[in-house]
Amino acid sequence: MSEQRHGDSGADLNLVGVTKSFGAFTAVDDLSLTVPQGSFFALLGASGCGKTTTLRMIAGLEEPTAGRILLGDQDVTRLRPYKRPVNTVFQSYALFPHLNISDNVAFGLRRRGVKGVADQVERMLRLVDLESFGKRKPAQLSGGQQQRVALARALINHPQVLLLDEPLGALDLKLRRQMQVELKRIQTEVGITFVHVTHDQEEAMTMADTVAVMNAGKIEQLGSPVEMYDYPGTAFVANFLGQSNLFAGGVTGRSGDDVLVEAHGARFSLPATRARAADGSVWLGVRPEKMHLAAALDKVPAGHQSVTGIITDSSYVGVSTQYLVRPAWGDELTVFVPNSGVAAPLAVASEVTVHWRPEHAFLLSRPEGQTVAPVVDAEALA
Amino acid sequence: MSALGHVGGSTGTPAKLEKPRKRWLPYLLLLPGGLWLILFFAVPAIQLFATSLYDPSGSLEEGYAMTWQFSNYADAASEYLPHFMRSLGYAALTTVICLLLGYPLAYAIALKGGRWKNLLLICVIAPFFTSFLIRTLAWKVILSDNGWVVTTLDALHVPLPDGRLLATTPAVIAGLVYNFLPFMVLPLYASLEKLDPRLLEAAGDLYARPVARFTRVALPLSMPGVVAGTLLTFIPAAGDYINAQLLGTNRQYMIGNVIQSKFLRVGDYPNAAALSFTLMAAILVLVFVYVRRAGTDEVL
Ligand SMILES: Nc1ncnc2c1ncn2[C@@H]1O[C@H](COP(=O)(O)OP(=O)(O)OP(=O)(O)O)[C@@H](O)[C@H]1O
Ligand SMILES: [Mg+2]
Repeated sequence: MSEQRHGDSGADLNLVGVTKSFGAFTAVDDLSLTVPQGSFFALLGASGCGKTTTLRMIAGLEEPTAGRILLGDQDVTRLRPYKRPVNTVFQSYALFPHLNISDNVAFGLRRRGVKGVADQVERMLRLVDLESFGKRKPAQLSGGQQQRVALARALINHPQVLLLDEPLGALDLKLRRQMQVELKRIQTEVGITFVHVTHDQEEAMTMADTVAVMNAGKIEQLGSPVEMYDYPGTAFVANFLGQSNLFAGGVTGRSGDDVLVEAHGARFSLPATRARAADGSVWLGVRPEKMHLAAALDKVPAGHQSVTGIITDSSYVGVSTQYLVRPAWGDELTVFVPNSGVAAPLAVASEVTVHWRPEHAFLLSRPEGQTVAPVVDAEALA
Repeated sequence: MSALGHVGGSTGTPAKLEKPRKRWLPYLLLLPGGLWLILFFAVPAIQLFATSLYDPSGSLEEGYAMTWQFSNYADAASEYLPHFMRSLGYAALTTVICLLLGYPLAYAIALKGGRWKNLLLICVIAPFFTSFLIRTLAWKVILSDNGWVVTTLDALHVPLPDGRLLATTPAVIAGLVYNFLPFMVLPLYASLEKLDPRLLEAAGDLYARPVARFTRVALPLSMPGVVAGTLLTFIPAAGDYINAQLLGTNRQYMIGNVIQSKFLRVGDYPNAAALSFTLMAAILVLVFVYVRRAGTDEVL
């Protein structure tokens, strides 16, 4: 890992108004983003939202219908793939079946005329924990092992930008965590820009400096994981990164630094700094772990917002208990209560008051007429 | 397996539920093909071998005497060595030209053909709808001294050897190439069709320029097709006599022409059989060496 990367400073990856259409279907729609050099950028999104297509355009395997792709000052939009300092870990691995593992890993270096690659190959195989597999053919490896070879084959080139299309999807949890740490370490050490596509939002949040959530060919929101989780920009993101309880309502006015909201006949308020909409239809959102349960209204701490309802379900998941609470208007709220041993568990069918601090809520604009929050199909994420 | 065994142990005898493997079934399936081979290949081959050792002074009408005449082989080899060499040379040249023409064609159809694939494949095999003989005769007309090809080339002042095309070596090679090209294209197409285009993309992503992408990925992965195609072209081309007969002169005659005339015109069965056997042996040795060198089993 001692080699220097190709480029030097100022080699940010820039996508400017990139669009890709397949016939009448637009897979990527006017996408613009900047990935600073050396950063870890995670691209999240439901299946078919255009993540792979975006990576393919960056790699040069697909030509954008419109827009430009820049690496530093260089416009690479029409540059052939083999001329780009970019490597890809393919979703389908795409290992060369006629070459053994060592030759697969050495492929990129050899094509660039690097001599004496054996040491580097060995080091790379050790890194992905496959030292003794060099002489095998890809067909003689398990899915997870093949995935690691694909990773090694791309990493060994020290590209300016490494594109990873769900590179850890086939690994078991333990190996996945191990590889995540490994990837992050390599990325910080070598300073390669990583663009990482994943379905695993936890993976995206733990590894990435910047997370972008894609939806139907567009970037829905982009930011640091903390920012995105704490103060999501759209209802889609609020439900895609973790879960959210969203109340359909409308802004009724201001009171000092607070925005007043009415939803389902109840009144709520929250700081204006937590509001992305100042008037009209809105979603009032609160994360399940920011909600607390009280047995009665008079037990709610002063200053908290509250809603009363009936517990319809509770599931014990070890670290917390997840309650479903049905308020008067029907749409169930999800509440995570940590199992810290402080409060006794609550029984299903009992009446409770759900409460939260106003500054833990967030306000998002809501298209007129939309009353059901856009939920991400869990199936599509699998 | 162990779980099954455990369940079986506690509930009774699982072995009885499993029918005995039908060990004889594969042999039964082999039977029709095997019989066919014995009847129409092994028996005639043995008969041919026997014939090659008959006394050549006999004739079909008077009958032949089995004299273990191994000298038939020596005679065949010494007298017709030029024809043997010419056959193998023409066949090799034909195979190389077919490969050079057929590979790009098969590649284009398999990887760029899109929805025209099937139509293009039909075009490749379209010549088969007419008889081999008729097609070669058609070439005789096309290449004839006052055919449109020669007159056009004359008008363009393109120099031709002896001022003609027909009855020259190039005409014979061209006929062979034309007739055997589909045998090269079809196996190549079959193996290129299986080539995953994502592997070519991966190669490009890993700095392989188009040439390296071809030599390092596409070609090695299509080696089974190359081997099959070259064999299917070389073997029949080496034994062909129609092209040399119709498009060449006796200066282009191949070993097939000699065998054909010995069998059908001179009626010298023993020598014809010896020549046939020698040709078969030569081809077998060449094919064996070639397949070993090409190492197809290495390729997936
Ligand atoms: N070559 C193509 N021709 C037509 N449509 C395509 C083509 N490639 C992709 N698409 C379409 O573009 C959309 C985006 O595809 P893409 O592969 O980028 O999705 P993705 O976000 O990577 O999904 P996944 O998470 O399932 O891998 C999909 O609807 C897909 O059907
Ligand atoms: Mg994808």
